Amino acid sequence: MDTPLLRLAGLDKRFGERAVFSGVDLDVKRGDRIAIIGASGSGKSTLLRCINFLEHPDAGRVILNGEPVGAERQRAGATGIRYDEGSLNRLRQRVGMVFQQFNLFPHMTALGNVMEGLVTVKRMARDDAARLGLAELARVGLADKAEAYPAHLSGGQKQRVAIARALAMEPEILLFDEPTSALDPALVGEVLDAIQTLAAEGRTMILVTHEIGFAYHMATRVLFLAEGGIYEQGTPDEVLKAPRRPLTQAFIAGHRRFSF
Amino acid sequence: MTYRWDFTPLLDNWQALAMGAVGTLRLFAVCLVLGLGFGLVVALARRSRWRAARWFSIGFIEFFRNTPVLVQILWFYFALPMLVPVEITPFTAAILGISLNSAAYSAEIYRAGIQSIEPGQWEAARAIGMSGLQTLRRIVLPQALRRVLPALTNRGIEIFKMTTLASVVAYIELLHQGRLIASLNFNPLEVYSVIGALFFLFLYPLVRATYALERRLARSD
Repeated sequence: MDTPLLRLAGLDKRFGERAVFSGVDLDVKRGDRIAIIGASGSGKSTLLRCINFLEHPDAGRVILNGEPVGAERQRAGATGIRYDEGSLNRLRQRVGMVFQQFNLFPHMTALGNVMEGLVTVKRMARDDAARLGLAELARVGLADKAEAYPAHLSGGQKQRVAIARALAMEPEILLFDEPTSALDPALVGEVLDAIQTLAAEGRTMILVTHEIGFAYHMATRVLFLAEGGIYEQGTPDEVLKAPRRPLTQAFIAGHRRFSF
Repeated sequence: MTYRWDFTPLLDNWQALAMGAVGTLRLFAVCLVLGLGFGLVVALARRSRWRAARWFSIGFIEFFRNTPVLVQILWFYFALPMLVPVEITPFTAAILGISLNSAAYSAEIYRAGIQSIEPGQWEAARAIGMSGLQTLRRIVLPQALRRVLPALTNRGIEIFKMTTLASVVAYIELLHQGRLIASLNFNPLEVYSVIGALFFLFLYPLVRATYALERRLARSD
């Protein structure tokens, strides 16, 4: 019963010579909502992208439901980990992702976007996929836009379609990579509302965000990334209201400077 | 000095011209499918994770891009049978020369199209569990092909016109038949004017059709 839904164990990531983070450990239990904050370049998005292997960690393991992803291999005396495409594809079906730039498929309608994974990956019949896809679009309030192409949707609508696309796969964890950063301020609210609804359903999610206020209200736990790792973590009240360490304090102070 | 145009020899030989037209269209259709089809294979090989495939692709492209089609057709027709015991018809020699050259060119077009697709498209597809091949087939290629359609149309036009090179190995196509009629009737002005016009008449509607296709594909804009 204690097995966390997701465990990161000693995760390292470097780009060339530069270490983005090292030795990151994290346990995510079912129903956790984790907000990851930190300065630009602190590795928030990279950490998130290591969870579904859009970036491959250089060391450490990603463990989903007690099962480590990838197989250990001995090569030239060193232990490496080999990730075969099949197991990564299965992992990705269980871990949904929403991107900063939406990344909708522009040649497909909103419904087509939501159906794509169901038809192509889950091999669902088109009728069933369409029914399910419409239900997911309705959940984010876009049932009437099912036949619209992404080019004809607003940024907020695009992001909600992207959320529906991720939800359709029935993932066990949802990853949000700065989901509102590319939006007009006026459109941020509708996307946050959609995420809030998912939070209220008790879904497990990890959210990289600059919306500190939203993180405060939505998250069950906040991680502050700095100096190549998790610099401080705790409840939203602990990290955001009463940060203990200097970099966190400076970061939060910077964000509060213009609050009113 | 006024030249008296006389099209009667051409009209009398309409069956020969029709045979030539059929030969041209047949060669064009085969080379279009093989050239553009194999070009895609070569383009994908260039992105392969296997080094041997990448090397093959680059070598193929550079070899066939940088040698004249006319020389290739002659080589396949006259030289290849001296090396290996195969019977090469004029049709086969022309198909080989034109298709392989077109594959080399179109491979570069496909490559440019695939590279122009934002990494986010790959990532979004992979993030819902699609395999690399599924992503390519469902997400990347449909968008890439749409972007390179004008360039592929150019290739198609070029292939159509390159069919005339097959006349050098006596393949029966429009130019070959025209030259025959012209040499028998001493009327090159009429013959080559009509041959040129026939090419335009065949090609222009085809080009219009690709414009229509472009518009149809643009409905998601």
